[in-house]
Amino acid sequence: MKILVCISHVPDTTSKINFTENDTKFDTNGVQFVINPNDEFGLTRAMWFKEKQGANVTVVNVGGAETEPTLRKALAIGADSAIRVNTTAKDGFQVAKELAKVVQDGGYDLVIAGRESIDYNGGMVPGMLAGLTNANFVNNCISLEVDGNNAKAVREIDGGKETVSTNLPLVIGGQKGLVEESDLRIPNMRGIMMARQKPLQVVDPTDAQAETDSVKFEKPAPKGAVKLVDADNVQELVNLLHNEAKVI
Amino acid sequence: MSVLVYTESENGKFKKTALEVASYAKAVAEQMGTSVTAITFNANDVSVLGNHGVDKVLKVTNSQLESFNAKAYASAISQAAKNENAKVVVVSSSADSKYLAPLLAIDLEAGYASNVVEAPSSVSPFTVKRTAFTNKAFNSTSINTDVKLVGVSKNAFGVVETSASASAEDFSPNIPELGVSVESVDKVTGKVTIADAEIVVSGGRGLKGPENWGMIEELADVLGAATACSKPVSDLGWRPHSEHVGQTGKPVASNLYIAVGISGAIQHLAGINASKVKVVINTDPEAPFFKAADYGIVGDAFEVVPKLIENLKAFKAQQ
Ligand SMILES: Cc1cc2nc3c(=O)[nH]c(=O)nc-3n(C[C@H](O)[C@H](O)[C@H](O)COP(=O)(O)OP(=O)(O)OC[C@H]3O[C@@H](n4cnc5c(N)ncnc54)[C@H](O)[C@@H]3O)c2cc1C
Ligand SMILES: Nc1ncnc2c1ncn2[C@@H]1O[C@H](COP(=O)(O)O)[C@@H](O)[C@H]1O
Repeated sequence: MKILVCISHVPDTTSKINFTENDTKFDTNGVQFVINPNDEFGLTRAMWFKEKQGANVTVVNVGGAETEPTLRKALAIGADSAIRVNTTAKDGFQVAKELAKVVQDGGYDLVIAGRESIDYNGGMVPGMLAGLTNANFVNNCISLEVDGNNAKAVREIDGGKETVSTNLPLVIGGQKGLVEESDLRIPNMRGIMMARQKPLQVVDPTDAQAETDSVKFEKPAPKGAVKLVDADNVQELVNLLHNEAKVI
Repeated sequence: MSVLVYTESENGKFKKTALEVASYAKAVAEQMGTSVTAITFNANDVSVLGNHGVDKVLKVTNSQLESFNAKAYASAISQAAKNENAKVVVVSSSADSKYLAPLLAIDLEAGYASNVVEAPSSVSPFTVKRTAFTNKAFNSTSINTDVKLVGVSKNAFGVVETSASASAEDFSPNIPELGVSVESVDKVTGKVTIADAEIVVSGGRGLKGPENWGMIEELADVLGAATACSKPVSDLGWRPHSEHVGQTGKPVASNLYIAVGISGAIQHLAGINASKVKVVINTDPEAPFFKAADYGIVGDAFEVVPKLIENLKAFKAQQ
């Protein structure tokens, strides 16, 4: 089985979010970038398929050279090879089109992506990629098993979960549950050394265009200070929630 | 030309988000000088949609679509959009809508903006405001394609009442091969889900152990709320994973979020800060949650929560 894991390179959640150029650009100054958490769960599940079922695992990112350390980290965790599509990611559609080309050229059976990336929270790329490549698609995937051409997946739904069966080729939008937090791997020295030898192929983009444009960013209005209620006067909280906040 | 909206129902009845997206579609239609068409799957009484701006309802009744299938639903909505010559298609932010929307976008060659919180600031160019960086910022986005797809955030636009009535007609789309089939569904019944809840009561590690969740459930009960928890609580197995909220768990966008014994780590807040009003109960006045909350009590949950339940019961009895 050939697996492609889509890796989005995102600011760590604890990063300060600022904008430059008249609030039109995200300020990457001092921001630490990481593998998107949902993709980290997916990558770890891919390692399981590699170790238990002999799968071959490629990681891919659509982005500039600055994303290579993130791809190297994925190689150090255990992916066999990496691909970087050399273009700036502009929107979900453009990224999905670039990835569709990678999928078609590489003949992957299973594509593991994340349910959303934590920067733009689009939740677009996996579904669009499935649509473009005519693959089956399971979103919010919290468990995945593959046997030959058949796949069994569990998807989180509002208020519970749903077990589904489907076939390869398949794209999933994965999240925590695919593996547990405690299964995530930190690259060790040997992994890091080996990653240096592994192939990281840089490919040219297609002529895919974005369908949307980011016009401007703004930050939410600063929040007022918390109103503290005395622990001996809980009734006051009920009054405030009813009369002031009007939520009960 | 019209605005098409997908109005979700469960067991034949519309969800609140359906009325919210209908209201949103109406606002867009007014800006564009056109009407609103809704598409429903196996819904019973569709007249309520008229009260929220819908002019015409396309009713799909098909036993093959009893359980949700993203590909089939996306295909049906896409066929409806083409029939109606819809230039804007509106969906919600439910798990199902977020599942089908990217497939629909490809079918319709429509540019898609998700997590949209306001009516368009302009319809030409078509520009909407969406959340980004896990609610730490907003991003104005313009959609450049002929057909536009908008995913509306839960609880951001609100439900708007109008007094009109909707006409209904049957619609029978072609159903594609499903590709993914449902084997079994494991869903708690008779409980408010986090996704649908107006109020969410959430407990953290400060509650010390699973045996102490009785008061959290009772508090939720009094308020008609859903229960949730922080990540370590589900990791420790005190509560089911389905209750885990935050960046790596379920998102919460309720009217009221009550956090008991939760410190307010940034990854927790990232998933719940779309909630309108936040209340924190914590022994530590330095807990970061106090910076994010609207109301707070510095105190021991084991004393404060029972008092709160008592006061709420008295309050409810008066109502
Ligand atoms: C990549 C990543 C993703 C993450 N995703 C999530 C996520 O999705 N959701 C999430 O929740 N966390 C997430 N976390 C974990 C997060 O960083 C925190 O560790 C976690 O939210 C802490 O949970 P807690 O507040 O329940 O526990 P603690 O931090 O241990 O806080 C317990 C709180 O209870 C208070 N307390 C103690 N006793 C009492 C009492 N008797 N009465 C009242 N208060 C009391 C304490 O003062 C303290 O503030 C993530 C972390 C990482 C690194
Ligand atoms: N630039 C990118 N390169 C590779 N994969 C991506 C990229 N952007 C998004 N993805 C994948 O798509 C998932 C959902 O991203 P998004 O649609 O941006 O929320 C991510 O978790 C990744 O798996």
